[in-house]
Amino acid sequence: MPSLILRRFGFAAFTIGFVSIVMFAAVEALPGNVCTSFLQRFAQGPRLERCIEQQGLERPAMVRYGDWVAGAVQGDFGYSLKKRKPINELIWERFRNTALLGGLAALLAIPFAIFLGIAAGVRRDRSLDLSLSGAAMLAMTIPEFVTATALIYVFAIVLQWFPAVTIVSPGAGFMQMLPNIVLPVLVLSAVLVAHIMRMMRASVIDVMASDYVQMARLKGVPERQIIWKHVVPNAMIPALNVIALTVAWLLAGVVVVEKVFNYPGLGTLMIQAIFDRDLPLVQAIALIFSVIYVGVNLAADLAALALDPRLRRKGH
Amino acid sequence: MLKLLATIASKPSGALGLGLTLFHLALALLAPWIAPFDPTAQNADTILLAPNASHLMGTDTLGRDVFSRVVYGGRLAIAVTFTAAVIATLWGGFAGIFFGTVGGRVDEYAMRVVDAFLSMPWLLFLLLIISIGGAGPLTIIPTLGFFYGVAVLRVVRGAAMQLAARDFVTAAKARGEALWPILSREMFPNLSDILLVEGAMRWSWMLLAFSSLSFLGFGATPPTPDWGLMVAQERGLLSTAPWGVFWPCLTLSSLIIGINLLADAVGKALGLDRATAVAV
Amino acid sequence: MTEPLIKIEDLSLGFTAKNGRQAPILRGLSLELAPGETLGIVGESGSGKSTVALAMMGYLKSGLTVFRGRAIFDGNDMFALPEKQRTRLRGSSIALIPQNAGQALTPTLKIGRQIDEALQLHTALSAGERSIKVLELLNRVRLPSPEDIAERYPHELSGGQQQRAAVAMALAGNAKALLLDEPTTGLDVTTQAHILEFLRSLAKELGVAMIYVSHDLGVIARVADRVAVMYAGMLVEEGPTRDVLREPNHPYTRGLLASIPRLGEPGILPSMPGVPPAVGSDLTACAFADRCPQVRSLCKDGIPALERRGNCRVRCPYAGEHAPEHLSTRRVPQVQHARALELQDVAVSYRRPGLLDRWLKKPEPAPTVDRAGFVLKKGETLGLVGESGSGKSTILRAIAGLAGTRKGGITLGDGESLNAPVAGRDRETLRRVQMIFQNADASLNPRQSIGEILMAPLKLYFGLKGAEAQARAEELLEAVRLPARYMSRFPRQLSGGEKQRVGVARAFAANPEVTLCDEVTSALDVSVQAAALALLTRLQRENGCSYIFVSHDLAVVRAVSDRVAVLYQGRICEIGPAEQVYAPPYHPYTQTLMGAVLEPDPDAAPVLLANDMSEMAPPATGCPFQRRCTKRIGPVCDTRTPLPQVLDAGHVIHCHIPAQHLQEAGERLEAELA
Repeated sequence: MPSLILRRFGFAAFTIGFVSIVMFAAVEALPGNVCTSFLQRFAQGPRLERCIEQQGLERPAMVRYGDWVAGAVQGDFGYSLKKRKPINELIWERFRNTALLGGLAALLAIPFAIFLGIAAGVRRDRSLDLSLSGAAMLAMTIPEFVTATALIYVFAIVLQWFPAVTIVSPGAGFMQMLPNIVLPVLVLSAVLVAHIMRMMRASVIDVMASDYVQMARLKGVPERQIIWKHVVPNAMIPALNVIALTVAWLLAGVVVVEKVFNYPGLGTLMIQAIFDRDLPLVQAIALIFSVIYVGVNLAADLAALALDPRLRRKGH
Repeated sequence: MLKLLATIASKPSGALGLGLTLFHLALALLAPWIAPFDPTAQNADTILLAPNASHLMGTDTLGRDVFSRVVYGGRLAIAVTFTAAVIATLWGGFAGIFFGTVGGRVDEYAMRVVDAFLSMPWLLFLLLIISIGGAGPLTIIPTLGFFYGVAVLRVVRGAAMQLAARDFVTAAKARGEALWPILSREMFPNLSDILLVEGAMRWSWMLLAFSSLSFLGFGATPPTPDWGLMVAQERGLLSTAPWGVFWPCLTLSSLIIGINLLADAVGKALGLDRATAVAV
Repeated sequence: MTEPLIKIEDLSLGFTAKNGRQAPILRGLSLELAPGETLGIVGESGSGKSTVALAMMGYLKSGLTVFRGRAIFDGNDMFALPEKQRTRLRGSSIALIPQNAGQALTPTLKIGRQIDEALQLHTALSAGERSIKVLELLNRVRLPSPEDIAERYPHELSGGQQQRAAVAMALAGNAKALLLDEPTTGLDVTTQAHILEFLRSLAKELGVAMIYVSHDLGVIARVADRVAVMYAGMLVEEGPTRDVLREPNHPYTRGLLASIPRLGEPGILPSMPGVPPAVGSDLTACAFADRCPQVRSLCKDGIPALERRGNCRVRCPYAGEHAPEHLSTRRVPQVQHARALELQDVAVSYRRPGLLDRWLKKPEPAPTVDRAGFVLKKGETLGLVGESGSGKSTILRAIAGLAGTRKGGITLGDGESLNAPVAGRDRETLRRVQMIFQNADASLNPRQSIGEILMAPLKLYFGLKGAEAQARAEELLEAVRLPARYMSRFPRQLSGGEKQRVGVARAFAANPEVTLCDEVTSALDVSVQAAALALLTRLQRENGCSYIFVSHDLAVVRAVSDRVAVLYQGRICEIGPAEQVYAPPYHPYTQTLMGAVLEPDPDAAPVLLANDMSEMAPPATGCPFQRRCTKRIGPVCDTRTPLPQVLDAGHVIHCHIPAQHLQEAGERLEAELA
């Protein structure tokens, strides 16, 4: 058992290592270097030299990678070219805002989606299922910026309930943030709910057709008890993986949604950094997102381990 | 093939999917004959006109005809994502069948790498690549093709592994058939359905991704007419001139929904259960 | 006669197609069961036997509807009852013991919890009383250390233990009737024999009625008081077990009984021609008419009625007539002196140590197959028998080059080595060894026509193409008695038996010297199995090739083999001419297997030796059977590998016990069985 948990932590560590190498290598593969890319036609003379010295580019790539990783572990992501500040000073508050947005969306969406998925799966092909599945289809296929635009039109422009874009001063507290994040959270949740519900529904349908559910029926177990004790725990196991995968959507969606609402999170910072060609900052944010993603995957794996006794078997 | 189309069209959702997809493809192909105006022609006299008889969908901030831009607006997105979807399906499908058939250590190590790739939020990675290599189809097509291919690989490899455990594949191996005949004659014909549906589904997700990129400013570049870009450009005037945003939103969404419905219907008609498919 | 506990009256049920056409699965079935009685329902796949059993509980699989008739249980019309009351009856008064307990137990709930759930539903006991009752029930089904079992998850139990746990769950509600749907199918013979004996004594002890559904007449003979034989959704014969098995009236029952291989009578059995009518098809004549050896023109005029004959009911107006004798033909062995294949001290290991294990210097696990050695002559058939995990299929895979050998040598008759896996063998060597698979369904590519399937080896080995290949493929089809028009058909258009014939034809396309048959008949119905065995025997006679015939069924192996090897945990226990191996002296494991065989004879009782535990891996040292052997003589069994004792005619037993003692023990068993 402890070795199984260790194994999963080991894989998470391997993945983060792998992702960081790919990201680092992608930047290394660039014609020129971080400084020439940032400075463009001003990339010459003392300005370039100063930049190279400040970024430590004269050292070999292996050493720089080591430093980058070692720094990141301690929360030091290097120095932003554009903002001329240490990156960790730039991202902390942004990180908090994004975590608030994403966390809230996940917290609302996941339990709700699981519930809807169960309801739809149990009533397969009946009107509730058909309307839920149809709605999920729409929520999955319509791009976030379209959904967001529609919500803004209705709630911000016509009804004027919420602001269309985020207007907060830096360092604003939670209560000040609240009216600003209602719409972004709604948009993100819609996509999350759709994906997770669809998976949960499929999984419930699968389990409902299993021998052990038929057996429970023949044992005389009432339908409600069959669903909660026999179906749901077993249907959750394959669904967990998808919940983790949809977080990838959430992370990608965060960038779009933050941009639509001009929300001061990591996503908007990253887009700005890309326009500024501030590669160290882009790299740092991409790495943070990856670590979050791997962390969520790890959590899903561990939850599956807790839920499924078959996975806990030795040598598996 | 005809029989398959008939099966698809016999259900309302399949018919709708097929209809929407064909409609959009026709629109994109015939755009020069359908659009009444040059989609990039600016006109200071017709700025922000509401829909009227000559401008069916009104005009935008630069006085361009929205209807013409909407008609042209899918061309780049469809071309880019279709190419990328073909690349993803081909390489992901081939690699998936290969690893699923070969199995063993090779497969085990390859899957570690694949899982690591799947553990990257690929859109962020795409943004990283764009920030290095610049925006444009030449960066976007290979990157989308590669990352979506990894997901195709995972799905196809799972199916291939189940298939490779069946006795007819064992029989071919025991008979001493070389790898290529096994892949092409025993494996591929049994997996082509999955590949077709996978490819269609990935295509719709790629359209979604590409228009999001355009919206963020990393996909199509002005003055190219593109739905995502149009929404980004006209969004500021949502309260006064909603038509500039409404129509591209509608056409883009309807195409993605159409392909999705079509892929679902194809899957059902071929007897595959797509309910468990995941958008990655 | 007392009021029957279960009464099925003229029950018809099935699917209704979109156009309103009714496709029946059961056609006008009537059946009764007295309290405390055990009724066996037999039939081949598609006969509707499981559907009847579920209908007794008022349960229909999704898509099925009742067309006509009633199912009455204990005075309740099960299909007319409101859902709530039906649910209450299920699991309390009438309980099901499923075919595959492994899949019928919820994987995420502990065994104790699942039994507790049934108790909670059907008794008024308190939580404390229930936990005591759970242990009591587990004890009653004779599971070792109930406290431990109650805390385990289903996957942590062996197949036999899962089945017992399912029985415990069924007993939770003090059932008046137990439905058993093939509860021992898929279990090893020794485990099956233990479970059956347990069920028999349980039924007596509790006075509970049982409905036992099985395709296996041997099992039915052992447990049932009465037998109902089903064919195409109808009852064709019904009566006391002894009467039906001793003097079958219906031609189908007669044919069925004749096609079951027996231990005592080696030889190729007569087979029934044709296949049963498709499930749900319209019937206007006797369903068996097309396959019946006694068919008359009148048989095609209508469905005959079920008529009483003595103690039985029979659906055949000509049942009383003298039936043609079913004769089995003796195999005429044509074994030559020359060798076809030789294995010398072969070891195969699937579990290669991983990087981490090697790094930690963990001891290597004992190989899956070890010390496998035998000689196969030209024209000879060597049978390999053993339970699941005995390594019999692994040996075949090693010979076919699908599993690499760790040690030892495999050579063809002329000395050509087969040590290399498939990739290292040349085409000619590959051609000389062919394999036929267990599951004909899975061994044919569903996307290739029969012609393509047969032409693949022709092209690979002989470079045949076009019309030449076509002609040769048609010849092959003819050799397995399939018409040439099948060339353009796809596997899904063929019946199970026909598919297996195509599998055989594909192997013979290579004109092999050694053909490896891996459980080739175990997925087939008995009536079809006999035909497949006859086909293999005929082809051997015509081509002079050698077979290695793997099966878990001792009687089938006996029917086709010249020599037999008995395997346990990947080690040969006993090998020799069939008549020697199937007679004393036995290796203790062979004796255990022989004792557990069930024959369709109401008077035969199995002799249970050894525990029905299942072992996951072979022991590191000593005799492979050490942990289950009832005759072990001491620590020598655990530490030293038994030396072969060579007896008459090349009969070899690997055991520490002297052959003389084994002879005496074997004779005692014979006496007990007789």
